[in-house]
Amino acid sequence: MTAAALDVQNLNCSFGALRVTRDVDLTLARGARHALIGPNGAGKTTLVNLITGVLRPTTGRVQLNGEDITSLSQADRARRGLARTFQINQLFRGLSVLENICMTIGERDGNCNNLWRPAGADRAVIDEALDHLESLQIVDDALKLVRELPYGRQRLVEIAIALAQRPRVLLLDEPAAGVPSSESHLILDVVAALDPDIAVLIIEHDMDVVFRFAREITVLVQGAVFTQGTPDEIKANEQVREVYLGQGEGGHG
Amino acid sequence: MPQVANIVVSILFDGLAYAMFLFITSVGLSVTMGLMGFVNLAHGAFAMAGGYVVVSLTRSYGVGFIPSLMIAAVVVGLVSIRFERRLYRRFYKATDLEQVLLTIGLAFMAIATFTYFYGPIPKSVPLPDWLEGDVNLGFRAFPSYRAFLIVLGAVLTAVLWYAFERTSIGAKIRAAVDNRRMAESVGINVDRLFTLTFALGSGLAALGGGLAIQLFGLTPYFAVLYLVLFLIVVAVGGLGSLQGTLLAALVLGIIDTGGKYLIAEAGGFFIYVITVIVLLIKPAGFYGRE
Amino acid sequence: MAASDTTAATGASERVAARDRAAEFLLRQHRFKPAESLPWLIAIAVYFLFPDRLTFGSQVLVMVLFALSLDLILGYAGIVTLGHAAFFGVGAYTVGLGAARLGWSEPISGLVAAAIVAGIVGFISGWFLLRYRGLTLLMLTLATAIMILETGNFRSDISGGYDGVPGLIFDPLVGLFDYDLYGHTNYVYALIVLALCFYFVRRIVYSPFGQALTGIRENVRRMHAIGSPVHMRLVTVYTIAAAIAGVAGALFTQTNAYVTLTVFDFEVSAKVMVMLILGGTGRLYGAFIGAAVYMILEDHLSKLSPTFWSFGIGLLLLVTVLFARHGILGLVEDFGRLRFAGRWLKERAAAQQPAWTREQWNAVGISAFDGALIGLAVGFAVNIGSADLLVTWFTDDPLGVLGWTAAGALLVAAINAVYLVLTSRAAA
Repeated sequence: MTAAALDVQNLNCSFGALRVTRDVDLTLARGARHALIGPNGAGKTTLVNLITGVLRPTTGRVQLNGEDITSLSQADRARRGLARTFQINQLFRGLSVLENICMTIGERDGNCNNLWRPAGADRAVIDEALDHLESLQIVDDALKLVRELPYGRQRLVEIAIALAQRPRVLLLDEPAAGVPSSESHLILDVVAALDPDIAVLIIEHDMDVVFRFAREITVLVQGAVFTQGTPDEIKANEQVREVYLGQGEGGHG
Repeated sequence: MPQVANIVVSILFDGLAYAMFLFITSVGLSVTMGLMGFVNLAHGAFAMAGGYVVVSLTRSYGVGFIPSLMIAAVVVGLVSIRFERRLYRRFYKATDLEQVLLTIGLAFMAIATFTYFYGPIPKSVPLPDWLEGDVNLGFRAFPSYRAFLIVLGAVLTAVLWYAFERTSIGAKIRAAVDNRRMAESVGINVDRLFTLTFALGSGLAALGGGLAIQLFGLTPYFAVLYLVLFLIVVAVGGLGSLQGTLLAALVLGIIDTGGKYLIAEAGGFFIYVITVIVLLIKPAGFYGRE
Repeated sequence: MAASDTTAATGASERVAARDRAAEFLLRQHRFKPAESLPWLIAIAVYFLFPDRLTFGSQVLVMVLFALSLDLILGYAGIVTLGHAAFFGVGAYTVGLGAARLGWSEPISGLVAAAIVAGIVGFISGWFLLRYRGLTLLMLTLATAIMILETGNFRSDISGGYDGVPGLIFDPLVGLFDYDLYGHTNYVYALIVLALCFYFVRRIVYSPFGQALTGIRENVRRMHAIGSPVHMRLVTVYTIAAAIAGVAGALFTQTNAYVTLTVFDFEVSAKVMVMLILGGTGRLYGAFIGAAVYMILEDHLSKLSPTFWSFGIGLLLLVTVLFARHGILGLVEDFGRLRFAGRWLKERAAAQQPAWTREQWNAVGISAFDGALIGLAVGFAVNIGSADLLVTWFTDDPLGVLGWTAAGALLVAAINAVYLVLTSRAAA
């Protein structure tokens, strides 16, 4: 039996007396489309931070393609095929869009260990980077500095960097957050068109997006898994709606 | 007294006096940096300025030593408000490097200005009679000035502790150091709080500068010479922490004094070793927050 | 993988064109631009134009190399330290002690040795210290540098203390070129060493490793997330920078034929940082401009009056941080952009009403108050110059006091008003 792409077992995390993550189990099969929803403060980003290695759990295990990565650093996990985007853009603002991607590819393939050969001499890297930009339709901005771009296009760069890592597991933290509604379809189209082989976990507040995109949904409340199931099951679940009372469907809490 | 005990007592006494000086001068810097995240390398210049105000008042206008100290603290505190409002405020969001450069530039200008007005020769101050000579505590005689320093330091520590822990302003400061945005959203006017804290810290620095004259002599270069020490005390103690600054001042003051007593040439070495060790283990200092 | 075969034909060809343009730009980025030969031509010209100032010239070149090494750490990797002088000093003393105590007077191998020793010190200290940032790192690097200095002080029998290591004589370069009294050989020697090191640094900066460094500078959080071994990268660049600083220090000792403990002083670390900031960090040639400008200014002004020089440097720092955050090269870049954007600015200004609000009047008013204080201070300095007589100035010359105050107030208020007008027009 092939190992799951991502397997989180009994994850717990506390800050002093505050338990932010309680006994969380989560599994992503290869090619999964999994949404993580829950009210604000539920610990969704914390969970992503635990999976990617920004935070260390108190107890529990994280396995990537069958390998235990619980004690590995962020960078080690990324090199094993785990990529993420951030809720607030974390980009290389002083560099051009193209350089953002080229550098990501360079780190992925170990080119960045090379101190001698000019970065520009590697045509293959540049071509691949341009391919990524094209698939996200931002190739026109290739030479613009990231900080000069409007937020919506910066968000696309945010995703482009994660995709350039050629991950096997991709964690998207509210990919459309902060993007004006006129442009959010760009982001969502990208998400919908992701490589079917990649296991994707997406944190989202917009229920339309969640029901359109996800094949499985986990509801997180106060750090613990409230319930888990298919979109139909979650839609029918009264308690989930209660938990979201006051936030409205499709709204940002 | 037996020889060894005598030396130990001397070290502790002198070290304590030195520590009190470090504490009084550095506590303002610690709270400022902890509150606003602003690296103020001109802090030493405020201390130096305070010292020179005391020099002028006592030598040219015949004001007493203690009143001069108080006047210097108030004057420098008020003047520092001007700097904070006009200059520093613009750089709260700037990078560390920019703040370092800005304040170092100010420090250089201050040193040059004071050298122009006062000359580079070390100055001293006339002390009142009761501060000269020794005070006899029965088993030993101690230099009165240092004893005074220790007592003053203790009193100030108590006053500051009370202000920090028991008053509402102190609570507001602690809250703002802890989590600035939260404090602002609760309605605390952090900007005004900061100006107040900054003025207080600079005033205390001026006081420390005035007190240091008798210990080290005063030259304009005091501003950068002792800056390193203040920074070390603040870094080792932890930004924004009263207890941290006190503890760091005590540890570093006593060890430095002890080192210089016991190994004259290499004595200055020890505080840096301590600094490195502490920071490697606790990068945020004794009581600092990550 | 990707296909530019979109449905709209014009769209597709545009896309391909944009793609190629982008690729071409990156491919050519590392090639030598004609403007880059300028500093070297100037350096060569100096040899012929100022043959009697070549000892000073060598020192400028040494500082350029030193500032260049700092640029790797500060400008490209974005790490702020206060102890860079330690590596300079280590290199200087490796050569100095080598020549004086071990009879190692061959200069070129001395450079190599200095690079190795300084590199080792850089590697060890970097490995431990580069896990930290901010104030912690500043203090750790400062403390490390001071500890090395204090060790030298302690064993002043070896180091010569602040009097220095006496009696340094170096072999002629490659056995052929002897040193003359006017420093001709030294200048050419320093220039060649600088050129070689610069070539090395330049290659690093344009390599994928250099890209990763700028990534670390721009967003270290994201670098971790994309799998970059950040600590290893930082230690690597720190070691290289330390080695180059060591070479600069070695050159210093060789061209001066002496070395003292002042090479470890905090002032040296501060000085090189100021030079680099002045020229502009992260721009390769900032080190050249900054070091040259600083050294020339220092040479002229500190002779006039050390106090004025100190004040001037402080003021220069202030002005740089306020108005030219990216140094001289930054100003040059902005000017280049603005020249082309000049028309753009005019259009924007025409469309926008310059709003002279009450806030701006307030700002001008407050600056008048500051100006009054400044005018008062300057007037006092010019007229009296001794703090003890402050009160007497007021009583003796009240009109003069008033004059200086008013002049200062008006001048500063006027400057501020002009500044506000300009910036409110340009604000978009």
